[in-house]
Amino acid sequence: MELLVHYLSLATKAIFIENILLAYFLGMCSFLAISKNVEASQGIGKAVIFVNGITVPLNWIIKTYFLDPGALSWTTFTSLSTINLSFLAPICYIATIAALVQFVEMFIDKFSPRLYNSLGIFLPLITVNCSILGASVFMNERGYTFGESAVFGVSSGVGFYLAIVCMAAIRFKLRYSNIPDGLKGLGITMILTGLLSMAYLSFSGIQL
Amino acid sequence: MKIKKTFIDPLIDNNPITRQVLGICSALAVTVKVEQALVMTLALTFVVTMSNTIISLLRAYIPSSIRIIVQLTVISTLVILIDEILQAYMYEISKTLTVFVTLIITNCIVMGRADGYAMQNNVKDSFLDGLGNGLGYGIILIAVAFFRELFGFGSILNFQVLPEFLKNGLMTMPPGAFIILGLIIWVQRSLTSYVEK
Repeated sequence: MELLVHYLSLATKAIFIENILLAYFLGMCSFLAISKNVEASQGIGKAVIFVNGITVPLNWIIKTYFLDPGALSWTTFTSLSTINLSFLAPICYIATIAALVQFVEMFIDKFSPRLYNSLGIFLPLITVNCSILGASVFMNERGYTFGESAVFGVSSGVGFYLAIVCMAAIRFKLRYSNIPDGLKGLGITMILTGLLSMAYLSFSGIQL
Repeated sequence: MKIKKTFIDPLIDNNPITRQVLGICSALAVTVKVEQALVMTLALTFVVTMSNTIISLLRAYIPSSIRIIVQLTVISTLVILIDEILQAYMYEISKTLTVFVTLIITNCIVMGRADGYAMQNNVKDSFLDGLGNGLGYGIILIAVAFFRELFGFGSILNFQVLPEFLKNGLMTMPPGAFIILGLIIWVQRSLTSYVEK
């Protein structure tokens, strides 16, 4: 029960208080490019939840059993048990993400054509989305356990989903408004994101 | 003439942040103080220049089906290098940059220039293109950081210029970054009279 409460508060924190997009600015590029369209935004949002939910725990396993100082001691070779490979973390994480995304793409293409149609074109974009690598790096920095990293992965994806769909809805309305020439497109989107992030700041009063 | 254009173009007219919409994440995240922005600019310029050069050297040997992985490997190696250097010689600042040095790996400027430019052009042009884009990124980053530090802390490069009561806490928080960058984009696009369709 206590564990459940702990996970719930971690999820609330990742979705609302420390939203990966509005508080840490991760995944801005795809956010700005795709939020023109509500359906595409939902697609990439789902893809981020899906990929984050798998890669963060997977990278946790790689970190704990291969990269941490002394992590290789399970191999029972004493010469390996003192090795510290943690400087390799970024390259291992990005390789895992790139390989996994490729694998997932092939897998769902074969077994679930419906899911492939809704996520398909977004999956290759995900590899270079900083919110994916960012979530894994945060997991590394904050020293989460396996369960925590799974919860954190999914809920940071949910945070991204909420923010991008929200923005897409606002930009849909924006089509009918009269904006100064230089501010059209990127400029006004940036200022709107600022206002959205200000709204999310109000969650920071929540004590967990 | 062409050399000049490759280098000068990304600085103002074809700026990576305000025009190509690449690398926005770190432009927002590490601009609380000018000092951070300077170090980040150095790190990114190094990575994008080196990766452009290396990818351009290798471009004839990279099969196009696995090019993303090859590019990512080159870029992550350079990022690990610069991360270790920062931790060794500028420990205090590297603490404040937190995860954003590591995240240069997925910075769209580096990937975008490697895939979009260095794969098709010779080494010299790619080098200049990398340098130009790194510095173009730096100009915007320092402009954002200048206003955020001035209004948020009342200082420039940690040197107090505004009185205490003028400090605006919002500028040091995420919304300040978004709004300042939005306004800078407006200024840049008005000056170069560019209108997004």
